[in-house]
Amino acid sequence: MIEVRDLSKGFDGVPVLHDVDLVIPDGEVTCIIGRSGSGKSVLMRHLVGLLQPDTGRVIVDGAPLDELTYSELRTVRRKFGVLFQGGALFDSMTARENVEFPLRTFTDLSKAEVRARADECLELVELPEAGAKKPAELSGGQQKRVALARAIAIEPQYILYDEPTSGLDPETSNTIDELIHRLGTTMGTTSVVVTHDMHSVLSVADRIAFVHDGTIPWTGSVDDLHTATDETLLAFVRANEYKIGVPSSTA
Amino acid sequence: MEIARPPDPPSAAARLREGVAPLWTIPAGLLQSFGSYCMLMARAFNLPRDLSPSLYGRNLAEQMVRIGIESMPIVAMATAFSGGVVVVQAIYQLENPLLPLTIVGTFTEQSIILELATLVTAFVLCGRVGAGIAAELGTMRVKEQIDALEAMGLNSVSYLVVPRVTAGVLMFPVLYVVAASVGMATAAFVAELSGALTVQTFWEGARLFFRPYGVFFGFVKSLVFGFVITSIACWTGYNAKGGAEGVGTATTRAAVLGCVFVLLADYVCAAVLL
Repeated sequence: MIEVRDLSKGFDGVPVLHDVDLVIPDGEVTCIIGRSGSGKSVLMRHLVGLLQPDTGRVIVDGAPLDELTYSELRTVRRKFGVLFQGGALFDSMTARENVEFPLRTFTDLSKAEVRARADECLELVELPEAGAKKPAELSGGQQKRVALARAIAIEPQYILYDEPTSGLDPETSNTIDELIHRLGTTMGTTSVVVTHDMHSVLSVADRIAFVHDGTIPWTGSVDDLHTATDETLLAFVRANEYKIGVPSSTA
Repeated sequence: MEIARPPDPPSAAARLREGVAPLWTIPAGLLQSFGSYCMLMARAFNLPRDLSPSLYGRNLAEQMVRIGIESMPIVAMATAFSGGVVVVQAIYQLENPLLPLTIVGTFTEQSIILELATLVTAFVLCGRVGAGIAAELGTMRVKEQIDALEAMGLNSVSYLVVPRVTAGVLMFPVLYVVAASVGMATAAFVAELSGALTVQTFWEGARLFFRPYGVFFGFVKSLVFGFVITSIACWTGYNAKGGAEGVGTATTRAAVLGCVFVLLADYVCAAVLL
């Protein structure tokens, strides 16, 4: 379980998050939604210790990240797989080498086993033919899918997705959503999805946290959206052309 | 209608403070940069317990090829021309009926072994290797690849900085040998070509005052320069901010700071070792 307690963060004197409290239960898909620039990605980076809060703390499986040594923090980080917004694939490696990288670095698998697992992950993201290509030879969407394959390669306990479906076509977005959902249901992976794509949220979310102006004014399940009264949340949902799960054009 | 009163102009004291404030920030900024550099190096060489020799070994081998082997042609070319220029200038300045022609070889050998082979190589590496490392790490920084390494639980500083700095320190002496050899050979060839003295006379002069300590001095400088160039480049690249502009700034800083600190290190080495 990941707990965020009273977390505040600012950059160059400009507050981005203030007094954020959030609990991410094990085995569930938690979607962090909100407008661009609301602080979603900053919050996600705190979960894996890539940013240190000005005040407050993040606790992963009972371990407060601010009290850990760098070595201990790296041990905690190995429980995570992170899909960055831009993919963050290593340019010097092929797609397969990117997926193999965490396996070669953190597991004792043989070369054949590493290759087999990498191929399996590329198959999962429907890019079995992309293994030999460098990131520069892949489209933005393909890069993101390879990055997802890399994130899930070592079967982490937690997977953080930063805008997993942005820039993808609807069909591929559905594939990614299905994969996120499947990882949660079959492997018990805890997922945190940062997104403003409500279609994706309604497909995968068990819980939703709405970030607005650096705070979380609303949390709840997809069903709770029906009874939500928070005006900023409803405005955000309506702006996505959804009214509690139903496109406004058909409502 | 009431007309809004314009704000009072800043007082002389305030204007002075504004003008002086940036001056105070210069030493503070330098101190901050030096601290940041030292912390990066400390973090890089405080190797994690789970250091994987295969992972770092492969990375080190790649960097040794890129920094050392691939730099050899440009280093050889630069020192060849430098050797030629030195011998032409030596003939121009020392051709005198009262001086033996062997002095041209002596002068050239001392210049190349003690100074030119290391300094020309260092300047070439500042541009080729320093700027390259800064651009590569800077791009990794702005494209979140360094964050990806950290998020995986890897010590990104050790993984990225240690192989590059180690490769620089190990390969610079090799490049020094290449630079000195090519420089001397070209100098001998140009001496013969000039018609002022023969190759035999040139080598005779070069051997006359040759001291192995000069070569030792060159090797020590090579190790220092290798560390200075690669560590500064890693520091500027690793701390790049923003997008393409940030990478450009990091690259420029790596080349400029590398050259400046090579000259500084050159002076310190000469003052301490000669």
